[in-house]
Amino acid sequence: MNGSIGRRGVLSGMGLLFLGACSKVADTKIGGSMLDSAEKWHRKIHRSLSDRMALAREYTKADISPNFRGNGSRTVDTPEYAAAIETGFADWRLEVRGLVDHPMSLSLDNIRRLPQRTQITRHDCVEGWSAIGEWTGPQLSTILEAAGVQDSAKFVVFRCADTLAGSRYYESVDMVDAYHPQTIVAHALNGEPLPVKNGAPLRMRIERQLGYKHAKYLTAIELVDSLEDIGDGEGGYWEDRSGYQWYAGI
Amino acid sequence: MMQPERKRHGLVTRIWHWLNVVCVIVLFMSGLNISNAHRYLYWGNYGFEPADAWASVIRFPGWATIPGYYDLAAARDWHILMAWPFAFGLLVMWAAMLVSGHFWRDIRTTRREWKPAAIRRDIVQHLKLNFDHSSGQYNFLQKLAYGLVLGVFLPGMILTGLAISPGFEPSAPWLVDAFGGRQSARSIHFIFSWAIFAFFLVHVLLVILSGPIGQLRGMITGGTAGPEETP
Ligand code: HEM
Repeated sequence: MNGSIGRRGVLSGMGLLFLGACSKVADTKIGGSMLDSAEKWHRKIHRSLSDRMALAREYTKADISPNFRGNGSRTVDTPEYAAAIETGFADWRLEVRGLVDHPMSLSLDNIRRLPQRTQITRHDCVEGWSAIGEWTGPQLSTILEAAGVQDSAKFVVFRCADTLAGSRYYESVDMVDAYHPQTIVAHALNGEPLPVKNGAPLRMRIERQLGYKHAKYLTAIELVDSLEDIGDGEGGYWEDRSGYQWYAGI
Repeated sequence: MMQPERKRHGLVTRIWHWLNVVCVIVLFMSGLNISNAHRYLYWGNYGFEPADAWASVIRFPGWATIPGYYDLAAARDWHILMAWPFAFGLLVMWAAMLVSGHFWRDIRTTRREWKPAAIRRDIVQHLKLNFDHSSGQYNFLQKLAYGLVLGVFLPGMILTGLAISPGFEPSAPWLVDAFGGRQSARSIHFIFSWAIFAFFLVHVLLVILSGPIGQLRGMITGGTAGPEETP
């Protein structure tokens, strides 16, 4: 038995080395790019397994969860936002800018008058929980077509009014998700104007990805050719701050 | 001419075995870090309130997780990376087992082995720590354990892992239904991961009890099939 205890000691020592190595590997250039490409391969396989426009599942009214959890920012901590709540967001503007032929500034009324899509979908948070709700709003593609997206545009950046830990929230998607039929600018949840905790008055729905992609308190849609100069260059608030995956379909 | 000597473990088995050990350890420990992000499990499609949970899970300490402190993003990076060699390794192992006959010869159980008396005899032999079964062959309980792990729990981790991923769901919504909804798939993912951990403990214990040096050597060099090498 003696020999085997020695061996076990060696083995558990190797185990510890291995675990220590994990964090070292992640910090190196090759390790980091290995982790990045694993994410890219998941995106590629997800997209090649189904049509690029394949829909996320839609549920019936009976499936809606009794309540829809608000997470991350649950409000916007500014006097302007408090005042906007009072006026029912009458002066709220959604700007459409960047690489477009016709920059626009839309009011909530403008947005409600566009052709609408209503969808009952499941919202999956990166933490693990899910909620189901009915969302209504125009498809992002309708707005993009009206604005005339230039060929050089590769990403859509969503600008938000809320700040978390001192930084402005933002998110981004590529053109596949931007033009996906279920990608809508939602102004209503379960038939009512969006509650403050869920992003009033406007939020994105990016149905095939995790919750942090669904930017809330939306103020602008910006078309860009690269994400490098936006924020810290990783494509979103959590991507910059904590290294979350930019492709959040996993 | 010399007969090529038949090894106790084929090359594919040995390579897969050690690759899989690394993958499963990283997946399990990074999974425990992910679990710390929301320590409640639900059945059905949705769930976010502790009151609706069927299980409230403990917070796993740093020594049990990868990384060794709470970091959901890094844990998911590791999980997403190791899912690839884990899934492809299992696929290759299954293909090799079916083609080489390893599955049909060594792992598939026969009807005779399912007789209660035979099972009882096998359990008694295990409790007596008598591992002297005939030359390099698996007994019933071993076949059952290896069969369940190779056929149900390991592939189950891949299927439930895919079912939890919102980007994968549009290509196979039936998979999510088969598990009873996304939160059910997540619960099963969690339960299976502990089933694999339980197998791991028993597996390592039995290796230690049945002569760890010979067993380890067998899984590294292949060993030889024959009574003299049975530990
Ligand atoms: C033996 C292999 C594996 C083990 C032991 C394992 C273990 C775990 C554990 C313990 C969790 C945390 C569950 C929770 O409480 O949320 C988890 C989460 C997860 N696993 Fe795995 N896993 C394995 C393989 C895989 C594979 C192959 C995939 C992908 C195809 C995968 C995808 C996921 C995903 C997406 C999550 C996040 C779930 C969530 O957001 O709650 N896993 N895993």
